[in-house]
Amino acid sequence: MHEMGIALQIIEIAAASIPAEMKPVQVETIRIRVGKMSAVIPENLNFCFEVASKDTDVEGATLCIDEVPVVARCKSCNHQWTLSGPAFRCESCQSGDIELISGQELDIVSIEIAT
Amino acid sequence: MEIQVVKKVLDANLTVANQNRDRFSRHCVFAINVMSSPGSGKTTLLEKTLTRLAPEFRAGVVVGDVSTTHDAERLARSGAPVVQVNTDEFGGDCHLAAHVVASAIDRFDLDQLDLLIIENVGNLVCPAEFDIGEDAKVVVLSVTEGEDKPVKYPLMFRVCDVAVLNKIDLLPYLDYDRNAAIDYIHQVHGGMPIFELSAKSEAGFEGWLDWLRNGIRRKIGG
Repeated sequence: MHEMGIALQIIEIAAASIPAEMKPVQVETIRIRVGKMSAVIPENLNFCFEVASKDTDVEGATLCIDEVPVVARCKSCNHQWTLSGPAFRCESCQSGDIELISGQELDIVSIEIAT
Repeated sequence: MEIQVVKKVLDANLTVANQNRDRFSRHCVFAINVMSSPGSGKTTLLEKTLTRLAPEFRAGVVVGDVSTTHDAERLARSGAPVVQVNTDEFGGDCHLAAHVVASAIDRFDLDQLDLLIIENVGNLVCPAEFDIGEDAKVVVLSVTEGEDKPVKYPLMFRVCDVAVLNKIDLLPYLDYDRNAAIDYIHQVHGGMPIFELSAKSEAGFEGWLDWLRNGIRRKIGG
């Protein structure tokens, strides 16, 4: 399980995003985008975040996880579609020469601070 | 009040991975990251690979395991310098992160190497997520695992550059559909080169060694 390392990174980045003049402040939400193809299990990430954020600047914050679907584009016929399973072949022309447009994200989008 | 952040969570890892990549380029070392499930035969594959390439190239190995130095001891018998990384010192991680590889490569004289093999922790999930600055990612799948591993762990097969299908010497004794396995790999990663071989008997080894030779020569030449 590598979610603990990811949780620690999220805590570090989120804490560093709080403007110094506002500290201490309650961070209510940390919004992240997780691609469905990234090897992250949201439940594990939530659990790790809760444990690891204790006694940090983001203690008590809720992780808001937006799952991003896996979207592919065929390089041969330009067809674009959302994958519902691990079949990386163009559903239109059957070519295997495709690129992933989304689905591997692991981004922090924003933090919501109590006012 | 909402504060926009928009930052990749793995940025810190990527920064160190890029530093590793620069070091490999500066010293003209071809670095490969070898990943698989536990028991796929990675260590045997690498033992034989090191022995076969020893007359032509200078190779070093970083071995990642949660614990024990068993694999490092086996690989060191080839005469290549081996650095063992036990991830329990880093929290028992299931993968090698870029900073762990960075500290391991400090222990090599990179000018004395043409090839650096990084044997990742046996796991088809987490190692796929972490760039370590390698030139190529290799996934090893053995015929004693299910044919459908590629579709069960698609990220791993998607991010890797080549696949090794190992233990083909066992095919006569198994109810294993190699065509199905190959189809599954290509379903996840169309056109991915697959080297079907037996690390034990060294059948089918030449294609794999040639791929390595080409990679090394390109890097040395560059």
